[in-house]
Amino acid sequence: MSVTLDHFLFLGAILFTIGVLGIFLNKKNVIIILMSIELILLSVNINFIAFSVFLNDLSGQIFAMFTLTVAAAEAAIGLAILVVFYRNLGSIEVQKINKLKG
Amino acid sequence: MIIYTLAFYLFSSVAVLSALMVISAKNPVHSVLFLILSFVNASGLFVLLGAEFLAMILVVVYVGAVAVLFLFVVMMLDINFIKLREGFLQYLPFGALLGIVLIVELGILFLTKSFSQNNLITYSYFPAIAEIENTKMLGSVLYTKYFFLFQISGLILLVAMIGSITLTLRYKNKSKKQIIYNQNNLDTSQAIIKKKIKLGEGI
Repeated sequence: MSVTLDHFLFLGAILFTIGVLGIFLNKKNVIIILMSIELILLSVNINFIAFSVFLNDLSGQIFAMFTLTVAAAEAAIGLAILVVFYRNLGSIEVQKINKLKG
Repeated sequence: MIIYTLAFYLFSSVAVLSALMVISAKNPVHSVLFLILSFVNASGLFVLLGAEFLAMILVVVYVGAVAVLFLFVVMMLDINFIKLREGFLQYLPFGALLGIVLIVELGILFLTKSFSQNNLITYSYFPAIAEIENTKMLGSVLYTKYFFLFQISGLILLVAMIGSITLTLRYKNKSKKQIIYNQNNLDTSQAIIKKKIKLGEGI
């Protein structure tokens, strides 16, 4: 019983599902939602690298690196926005983020 | 080979379980720590796959930077996290249904079309993966073929840095500073006033 590409793809699928579930279940907590997004990006990275190794093409690993860069930038800006939001409203509940609703 | 299989199942099961704990832990600090555990196990999987450089980058970037940033924000903001968890059980049935549908769909996708049979090696641009070490190979491709994308990713990081600094920067107007422009534009007519003061009286 050897490990094939499909094993890694299933692992990526499971992690992706957990990330989506996290966004659904923790509807009020922005921090957990950001962490779920990180999980989704991790599953994407697993898929990239598994495909890269099993199909013998290096582009996948390069793009996994770019995904990592974008994920780091996204986390930094997201948390900065969160801090500013908390400073202005004193809470991070998603339901209270409705100023643009009018 | 059996060790490889065992290691795969160990790393992947711990990664999945800790990912489940990330979304279900009561304390956000615990969820950040479980996120770190999940990322470390994923980097173990990358080592198994033979992508050592990305495994180390994952540990350095995620565990060293992003997770610590999360931990910092969680501890800095004084939030009642118990209140934020209201409605977790309310959404659980619908969320579980959605998760099951999603995983079944992805499973069908992977089962009906087996990707393992494909092999791109015949028309791959890059050197075969096992020839030289991973980091060297990655560098030889990243700095040649993907050089502009590499530069753009550096630019993205710069924009992220500037953006997060300008978002969180707060000016304080407590200290009195000399405004150089106004200082240099003074002339004697404004700076010096002549007054005649009579003897025995003040101004």
